Amino acid sequence: MKKNTIQKGLLKTYPNWFYLPAVITFAIFFVIPTISAFYFSLTRWTLFDATFIGFDNYVSFLSDPMLSIGLKNTFIYAILTSGLKTVLALPLAVMLTSNIRFKGFYRSIVFFPVLVSTIAVGITFSILMQPNSGLINVVLGSIGLGQPDWLGNPKLALYSVVFVDVWKGIGIATVIYMAGILAIPNDYFDAMKLEGGFWIRFRHVIIPLVRNSTFTIILLSFIGGLRSFDLIWAMTGGGPGFASDVLTSVIYKQYQAGFYGLSTAGNVILFIMVTVLIFPLRRFFNSREIEL
Amino acid sequence: MVKKLTVFTLVVLMSLGLFAAGQQEAVKQTGPITLTYLVASGTDQNQAGALADGFMALNPDVKIELELRPGGSDGDNIVKTRLATGEMNDMFFYNAGSLLQALNPTETLVDLTNEPFMDVVDDAFKSTVSQKGMVFGVPNQTAMGGGILYNKKVYADLGLSIPKTWDEFAANNEIIKKAGITPVIATYGDTWTSQLFVLADYYNVQAAVPDFAAQYTANKIKYATTPAAIKGFEHLKEGYDKGWYQSGFATAKYDQGLELLANGKGAHYPMLSFAFTNIVANWPDKAADIGFFAQPGTSADKNGATIWMLSANYVPKTTTGAKLEAVKKFLAYSVSPQGIDDLNKAVPPSGPYLVKGAKLPADVLPAVMDISKYIDSGMSAPALEFLSPVKGPRLEQFCVAVGTGQMTPAQAAADYDKDVANQAKQLGLAGW
Repeated sequence: MKKNTIQKGLLKTYPNWFYLPAVITFAIFFVIPTISAFYFSLTRWTLFDATFIGFDNYVSFLSDPMLSIGLKNTFIYAILTSGLKTVLALPLAVMLTSNIRFKGFYRSIVFFPVLVSTIAVGITFSILMQPNSGLINVVLGSIGLGQPDWLGNPKLALYSVVFVDVWKGIGIATVIYMAGILAIPNDYFDAMKLEGGFWIRFRHVIIPLVRNSTFTIILLSFIGGLRSFDLIWAMTGGGPGFASDVLTSVIYKQYQAGFYGLSTAGNVILFIMVTVLIFPLRRFFNSREIEL
Repeated sequence: MVKKLTVFTLVVLMSLGLFAAGQQEAVKQTGPITLTYLVASGTDQNQAGALADGFMALNPDVKIELELRPGGSDGDNIVKTRLATGEMNDMFFYNAGSLLQALNPTETLVDLTNEPFMDVVDDAFKSTVSQKGMVFGVPNQTAMGGGILYNKKVYADLGLSIPKTWDEFAANNEIIKKAGITPVIATYGDTWTSQLFVLADYYNVQAAVPDFAAQYTANKIKYATTPAAIKGFEHLKEGYDKGWYQSGFATAKYDQGLELLANGKGAHYPMLSFAFTNIVANWPDKAADIGFFAQPGTSADKNGATIWMLSANYVPKTTTGAKLEAVKKFLAYSVSPQGIDDLNKAVPPSGPYLVKGAKLPADVLPAVMDISKYIDSGMSAPALEFLSPVKGPRLEQFCVAVGTGQMTPAQAAADYDKDVANQAKQLGLAGW
């Protein structure tokens, strides 16, 4: 009798057991680290021991005089990179889905930078952008143009990195747009053939009907921009001075300095910031998605 | 079927063979002791390598394997992480002073206070590798001067004399600039190089405020409110305003700076004297052209050099038994006359040794003699980082911000004062 109920119970919960491996993996690699990060952000942590100090880390992180530069740069970086990628990728995608020759070749050229390691791209460009001997300025000089110090001029450094980020990341945006364009049913284009030329087709068919792709690209590259680190680190290290510091590089430097609790608090703040910004954006985009 | 069986037998036989080979190797390895030795790549690596080779020649039963780590903050993190997780090498090479204090040495390192070989180590050095009365480090480098490296040829060609006050230095710079040579080399692409004007000014700071270090550690005195201390930041700004730095200085690297100095394209380079090693290695015929003078201050009769203490070898508590004995033997060798001799042969000294009885070789570089003169005449003081554990990690960023005209000296000093508070709190110092 008793055995029977146990068997029944096992049978009832039986399908749930299949969740177990996933739950364990998720707990070990995501839940526990996240919870312990919240805990350590409330401590002064030397790796050897941790002293509980309440919200002191948050107070000193947010009262850092240099944080405002980092925050401002983070927003400039995220908005510029996601905006430029969205705007520049669409015409590229239109071109690469049209009937031009060597289409495959062009497609690979556009996508190629995505495949290269970000650090390698950063180091290469920081050499190309050297003020006196770099290829970019040598070329500019030979045609009689000015030779700006791309990474050494504090007013220019962040935008130079933005340029490289767009160059490197535009391939992904283009591919997403290409998929969006190819998914538009041919009927629309056929109908438009009667209405007018290329501009009409672009303005009244492609732009409205790739809206879902646009949202995806904005969202992905905006999140990527907010938490971007590797390229900035490889190219300027946040410098000169604090001129191209973003939130992630500020946090990394605190970690490097051995302020483990403080930098963990910074990461928690970054996490909250990304969530607060992305969540409403996503809901807004979702509510305006279209069906083809 | 027969085929399958043959394959199976073959596989079994092969793996048995491999196993036997592996066993044989294990037996071989039990003979000599193998020590692993963590050092930063670059100059440190050459010095450590020279000592390891010299020691192995004398002790064939011990094998020392160098493991390289990056320098700077990344290297600091490797050392901290390994100590915290108990996975540190048998011994390691690391800075003295404020950086050592952050390693929590009383908990993690072997106390070497009563080892017989510590008798020959200079007491001034011991104080920079101690915590709570215990000594943890054994020196294996020379002390360094921090100040202005200059090109003697440029000075001779232009008929300049060594400046003893900042005004004389500024006047020299204008003459050098008119001659088409870069007066002051700056290499902010390697951010740490930007700090010298501030850090090497410490002799002048303590000449004006003798107890600055103690007051600073106790949170009673600040850079921003001490006129003598803020001077260093003002020097950075002056260099920018007067156009002393070469073009492209904001992204230039340390090696490029050395090249400019060695070839006389730049006259001054505010730097630590370990740069001599790189100059000797890369431009051996130019090494004698390089001289050293202390960073000039306000008055000529109070002109002295700021000295950087040596880095040292440390032993983690995880090293025990026969390995610990072997490590101690190595440390004893490293401060013995034989060890110093081997070191001199491999790497030209960039300053005096702080080991009793250790002599500089006769053919020492002229710039090293310049530094020794300051020390011998009593006109030298240790840098602040060896007197106080408080050093803000972002000093280099503030220096670059001032040196590129983005920030005023007063603002940078005030913000830097806030930055050091994090460090003091992290170390749990009283009064912060």
